Amino acid sequence: MFDLTGKNALVTGASGGIGAAIARGLHQAGATVTLSGTRLGPLEELAAELGSRAHVLTCNLSDAAAVEALPKQAAEVMGSVDVLVNNAGITKDNLFMRMSDEEWQSVIDVNLTSTFRLCRGVIRGMMKARWGRIVNISSVVGATGNAGQGNYAASKAGMVGMSKSLAAEVASRGITVNCVAPGFITTAMTDKLNDEQKGKILGQVPAGRMGTSEEIAAAVLYLASLEAGYVTGTVLHVNGGMAMM
Amino acid sequence: MSDIAERVKKIVVEHLGVEAEKVTENASFIDDLGADSLDTVELVMAFEEEFGIEIPDDAAETIQTFGDAVGFISKAA
Repeated sequence: MFDLTGKNALVTGASGGIGAAIARGLHQAGATVTLSGTRLGPLEELAAELGSRAHVLTCNLSDAAAVEALPKQAAEVMGSVDVLVNNAGITKDNLFMRMSDEEWQSVIDVNLTSTFRLCRGVIRGMMKARWGRIVNISSVVGATGNAGQGNYAASKAGMVGMSKSLAAEVASRGITVNCVAPGFITTAMTDKLNDEQKGKILGQVPAGRMGTSEEIAAAVLYLASLEAGYVTGTVLHVNGGMAMM
Repeated sequence: MSDIAERVKKIVVEHLGVEAEKVTENASFIDDLGADSLDTVELVMAFEEEFGIEIPDDAAETIQTFGDAVGFISKAA
C-alpha cells in the first residue's frame, strides 16, 4: 500500500532489532536507505541482505561532530534525506537516588540531543524540497515513567515535546514530524529476561504478548508514507494496550 | 539598480509571491511583505545559495529589510 520509491531514508540504530526492522520496512516499500549505527559488522550484514539501495554510515551519537556530519554524509551518498528515523537509543538504568550525573547526561546526549542535531541537520534539505518525514522513536515510558529509568524516560518525553515544536514550525513546508512510542518489544535485550520477569511484564499488557520489531516498523512506515501527509506532531503508541493515551 | 539588488529582488518576489514594486529599499520582509519567521530563514538560505556566501545566524537576524539584504550581500559577495 505504501510506496516510498524514489525516497531516501536515514535510519539510526539500524544495527539493533527494531532499527533493522524499520530499515527493512522502508526498503521493502521502495526507499533507498542509509543504515547508521556504531557497529559496522551488523550494518554491513543488513546492507548485504537488502542488496541494492542500501548504504552504511557508522556514527557514534555521543560524538557531537560525528552527529553533525551524519546528515551531510547521508545526503551525499543518497542525493538527499527525505525520511529521517531517529531510532538509536541507550539506557543506563539506575535508581534515582543513585543515578550519577554521567548516567543522566550520557542518556540525554545520545537519545535527545543527537535527535535534535539530526533533525536540525536534515530540515534544510526538506524545506527546500517542500517534503520531508521525520519519525522519532520514543517509548511508552516517556509517557508513563518507569522506576529506574528517570534519565531514559526524560529523554523519551523530551523527544515528544521537541517533535511537536518542530512539527509546528515546518508543517507549512510539507514536512511532518511524529513519534512512535513502542511498549515491550521482543528484541535481543528482552530475550535475556527470565520467565518470571517476562510474566510480570506481560501482566501489564492487555494484548498478552510482547510486540514485534515488525509492528514498530509498520507504524514507522505509515508515518513516513505519502498517505500520512496530514498526520503531524502526534505520538503513535504501539504497546498492546499497556498504556492507552 | 545594481545587479545584486536585482537578483535579491527576484528571490524575494518569487519566494514571498509579492509584486516587485512593493520590494523597496525599506520594505520589511515581515511587516511589509507578509513573510513569517520561517520565510526569513528560507530567504537567507536562498541568498546563500544564489551568491555562494555564508550568512551566519547573528548576521541573518540583522537582515530585516530588502535594503538590509542587499547591503549585507554587497559586502559579503
